Amino acid sequence: MTALLSMEEVSVHYPVKGGVLRRPTSWVKAVDEVTLSIAPGETLGLVGESGCGKSTLGRAVLGLRDLAKGRITFDGQELKNLSALDTRALRRDMQLIFQDPYASLDPHATIGATIRAGLDIHRIGSRAERAERVTETMRQVGLDPSLADRYPHEFSGGMRQRVVMARALVLRPRLVVCDEPTSALDVSIQSQILNLLKDLQDELGLTYLFISHNLAVVEHMADRVAVMYLGRIVEVAPRAALFAAPRHPYTQALMQAIPQPDPARRTPPPLTGDIPSPDDLPQGCRFRGRCPYAMARCAEAEPPLLGREHRAACWLVEEESTR
Amino acid sequence: MSELLQVEGLKTHFQTESGLVRAVDGVDLSVNEGEVLGLVGESGSGKTITALSLIRLVSPPGKIVAGRVMFGGQDLLQASEREMVQLRGDRISMVFQQPKASLNPVRRVGAQIAELFIHHRGASRRAAMNQAVELLARVGIPAPERKALAYPHELSGGQAQRVMIAMALALKPRLLIADEPTTALDVTIQAQILDLLRELCRDTGTAMILVTHDLGVIAQTADRVSVMYAGQIVEERPVARLFDDPRHPYTRALLASMPVQGRVAPRLGAIPGSVPPPGRMPAACRFAPRCAVRAERNMTICTHEMPALYPVEGGVSRCWCDAPAEATT
Repeated sequence: MTALLSMEEVSVHYPVKGGVLRRPTSWVKAVDEVTLSIAPGETLGLVGESGCGKSTLGRAVLGLRDLAKGRITFDGQELKNLSALDTRALRRDMQLIFQDPYASLDPHATIGATIRAGLDIHRIGSRAERAERVTETMRQVGLDPSLADRYPHEFSGGMRQRVVMARALVLRPRLVVCDEPTSALDVSIQSQILNLLKDLQDELGLTYLFISHNLAVVEHMADRVAVMYLGRIVEVAPRAALFAAPRHPYTQALMQAIPQPDPARRTPPPLTGDIPSPDDLPQGCRFRGRCPYAMARCAEAEPPLLGREHRAACWLVEEESTR
Repeated sequence: MSELLQVEGLKTHFQTESGLVRAVDGVDLSVNEGEVLGLVGESGSGKTITALSLIRLVSPPGKIVAGRVMFGGQDLLQASEREMVQLRGDRISMVFQQPKASLNPVRRVGAQIAELFIHHRGASRRAAMNQAVELLARVGIPAPERKALAYPHELSGGQAQRVMIAMALALKPRLLIADEPTTALDVTIQAQILDLLRELCRDTGTAMILVTHDLGVIAQTADRVSVMYAGQIVEERPVARLFDDPRHPYTRALLASMPVQGRVAPRLGAIPGSVPPPGRMPAACRFAPRCAVRAERNMTICTHEMPALYPVEGGVSRCWCDAPAEATT
């Protein structure tokens, strides 16, 4: 199957400014040569801790961050080479669902106007058709269309996130980047939203890049999972394979660290040490300072992603396969 | 085990422009010596206001309007403000969610810790500083002598929380109240901090009230659990019982709505609707409008009368399903 979205050696760098003139003195490699692809209708889960670059990668996919290196293609078209007109068309195909429904809605706009905004900007349909599309989309996300004249402050967090979803879906996108869509919500509301995202995918044939720090949520949502650590993908695999037998020591630690809702299984913390700062990375493998299996080789060179369908960036994987 | 803290009928209300908000509405709690009590609930359940009420740190318009908080033979709600100042940080201390917001940004962390020994224990500056460095080492801060001279902004989130824990446990309190102590931290760091809290409390014999929204954190840390919903305790059980055999329909629904690693279901259990907004609280059972059990069994009492806390195995549950037969007639 050809990919709907593919990223090839994508890098995004941020300047670290110093001195009186605030000139860039060095660069933080927030995303460092990431290669990934997503098939039509698939959900790729992107998981990692804060500062690992997962949100930056999500923004880069939408063309909201300049690439230092690499290329991103959507449906066979490279993002960078598009004319202004094509870029505009592409923006309709790719939408973003934000984390915080309290911060991402305009408090002065009715929710009907907020949901309709994309249609207005892209000049889709007549006035009546737009109104009809808004009504239809509100129904799809489980909002009563009679609420269109209300303002965001009248809504709970879960309802607001439905508004954010409707705003993204009203343009009938093909790819939706979901950036921590439930992190700001309570667990009982989180499950409503996750179920709805799945239903909408089935109904509308959506493709998701699903970004989260929560492995359990990613396991529930994703078909394939990519694990990110300090700007790099350290493991990528089909969901079942990854959760059955994680290969990268970081993925293993991440899984062990999640507090399980089972008092009979109390686990000691899997990792010691703090996450290193992304502007001061160690030589060689960037996980080796916290890795229980670090060997001499890990300090010499950074391991690439090894393996076929289930790939991990760890020298142990190579040793296993040659044995 | 002897009882360290006993809370009865605690009510904390807020007089707001849009009416009276009963944030905490008749909460009963107890904590035994050396025990970890988990206080779990979703946002707006009143768990943080409950915790703050225990040490009388509720700020206006919030007001404690009823109840007793018995600690060391004294009702803290009747104590003078001076007695409370002496008690806080000494016999009862707190750890909050945002460690950097709780530390003084313009003072070195070593000096902030040393201050506790100087003020509460009359230690000399030098002795206090030595104790501060010792404590930093105890909470796992690398190069403690050097880090004692650091300012809070020079610490990572995990280190700042370690410093907060060092301060909270410096004077070996009888009770530590930890309000979402790991919510702002990454999951690998969270595991370290929970482990540290558990270990230090065990070493000093300190009891802990762990306030959190995360049932995973509760399962990994608590001995006993009180579940809060809309300002009330709805279930209180030993931790193993709560997770094996939750009784209150809210607890059951909450557990079913959690995605659990290694147990992928096509759909998660969801609780319909949302927590009733303050001021529009149902007069009878507060969970009734969202309760699957009530709907299924078509129970009418739930929307007419407030259930009490009824005894169930190992604890109590605020559900008409658990009421003895004579109560429902």
